Amino acid sequence: MARYILKRLLRSLLTLFIIITIVFSLLRLMPIEGYFQNYEKMSQTQIDLGLAELGLDQPLPIQLLNFYTDLLHGDLGVSNKYRRNVEVTQIIAEKIPISMTIGLISLGIALAVGLPLGILMARSTRTRYKIGDKLGTVFVVLIQAIPAAVYYLIIQFFGTSAFHMPLRANMNEPITLLLPILSLSLGNIAYYAMWLRRYMVDESNKDYVKLARAKGVSAGDISRKHVFRNAFVPLVQFIPTSVILTLMGSLYVESLYSIPGMGGLLVTVIQRQDNTVVQALVLFYAAISILGLLVGDILMALLDPRITLGKKEGGR
Amino acid sequence: MSVSRYKDRKTEELSASLEGHVSRDYQPEEYFQLAEYDPSAAELGSYSNYSYWGSTFRAFLRSPVAVFFLALLVLVLAFTFIEPLLPYAPEANTIYRGDTNLRPCAEYWFGTNSIGQDLWSQIWSGTRTSLLIGFAVACMEAVLGVIMGVLWGYVRKLDFLFTEIYNIFDNVPQTLVVIIISYILRPGVSTMIFAMCLTSWLQTARLVRNQVLIIRDRDYNLASRCLGTPTWRIMVKNLLPYLVSILTLRMALAVPAAIGNEVFITYIGLGVPLETPTLGNLIKAGQVVINEPTLNYQLFLPVLILSIVTVSFYIVGNSFADAADPKNHVK
Repeated sequence: MARYILKRLLRSLLTLFIIITIVFSLLRLMPIEGYFQNYEKMSQTQIDLGLAELGLDQPLPIQLLNFYTDLLHGDLGVSNKYRRNVEVTQIIAEKIPISMTIGLISLGIALAVGLPLGILMARSTRTRYKIGDKLGTVFVVLIQAIPAAVYYLIIQFFGTSAFHMPLRANMNEPITLLLPILSLSLGNIAYYAMWLRRYMVDESNKDYVKLARAKGVSAGDISRKHVFRNAFVPLVQFIPTSVILTLMGSLYVESLYSIPGMGGLLVTVIQRQDNTVVQALVLFYAAISILGLLVGDILMALLDPRITLGKKEGGR
Repeated sequence: MSVSRYKDRKTEELSASLEGHVSRDYQPEEYFQLAEYDPSAAELGSYSNYSYWGSTFRAFLRSPVAVFFLALLVLVLAFTFIEPLLPYAPEANTIYRGDTNLRPCAEYWFGTNSIGQDLWSQIWSGTRTSLLIGFAVACMEAVLGVIMGVLWGYVRKLDFLFTEIYNIFDNVPQTLVVIIISYILRPGVSTMIFAMCLTSWLQTARLVRNQVLIIRDRDYNLASRCLGTPTWRIMVKNLLPYLVSILTLRMALAVPAAIGNEVFITYIGLGVPLETPTLGNLIKAGQVVINEPTLNYQLFLPVLILSIVTVSFYIVGNSFADAADPKNHVK
């Protein structure tokens, strides 16, 4: 097991290195005006001087080398428009706790609501009219089919007009975080419920479950003790995806409710064209995604001993 | 000894019960009937009249919900493309001075926006642009996905390389890729299509590859190869039916995904310029007036059309994928 984790870790580091190199090289194409505070008023010589100061007149391999040297020293450059001359690392450090709190709470809620919903839907397929299953499916289809960007808006509208929630979230008043967290959770709730239902229905058609039913074991015991436990293991593979879903959702949600987190920050610096912060944040998000997949794979391996790295067969 | 006696008793019981069933008297001519000798029927051999597409459509038509959404989708799509050809259809960006922020009425069916543009034509024009982006992305995804997926699955030497490449690039969320590309390139419809196509085919390629791996060496393919069936025929007749299901699902889901991405990218300010109406631009404009009860139709009308389109695509795609799966044809 330790061997597997070590191998998987090395692979992630390699992936991280390749992704950072590619993204960094791509980002060299960023519009130049994003590096300066008042680009319009600058003369060509000033611009050239400024670029030379940032080391942007060097050839790409040298820039890359410089970037990696700085990165290993924990230096991601300074912001020039968003907050002038403030270290990017400092800005990010202020934002991380906020985004992490919201993201983790919403993931927790997604698990706490999505799993029971999935169980409910799966059990309802055995009843006569399957009402629970049908209602649940309508919910899942709506959430999956309507783009997140759109139903976030609908939630914001109903939350603010019908329930008089404030439009802007305030970190000191937890009740104001209800709408953003609800928005972030919905996608994952539907996702978990859909897959758990599918796995549980598959599982409950297997012979050992039929035997248990024939013996007269109660429906509740069957679904709790047999079906759910076996259906839960493959569900772990969706955790990384749902982490990424939450990360990308937070970009939009945080900016909609003016939450001072990472996601809102990325949207702001893109709109204000602050190249150094955009670069740092994009790389940071890529790194978190890689980390999420790494954690998911390790969790999966811990839960299911059949998995080995060599037999991955084209990814998860 | 006792066992054999038990067996005897059992046999007797069985034969007695069987006799009960055949107690009706059969006439000797009912036992056998001679068939007419038909030389053409004798030549037929074991030919089944199974038709892939026929069975697919029969399976699809079995679900009333799917048929309803298909009809709705066809209606909306047809209208989206017919709308500019209708008489008196004004250019979408025409500004009617003085007619700003009018609620839906007889003259402006969907009302007008804050600068006096007719929302009816704006919305249909926006739907057209958004669908164009969606279809372009879906087609590219299918074409690239199939080509790369079949290569990946069929050519054994490429498997390792492709798998490693996939494992690296699958780590980057698509939204992030679209943001990066839109940030460094000039915003526009083609930038958006390019950005979304860049990585979306990876998933399709992997699904195709997995299917190809599964069915490549099945016995019936081996038999076809031994009997000298040309490779293209194996591809079309043996492999393709198994891929149709995956491909239609991926394509049908790519359209709503692309439309959603467009809305998101427009929101963060990297979208198509304002003079081209898209659903994203309309929703972004409507968002400003979200809390003004007299004006928020400007948000809800585009949201409504967008939801109809995406939900229909999702449901039709899923139902068709189920129907197109040959495993569901055998009942």
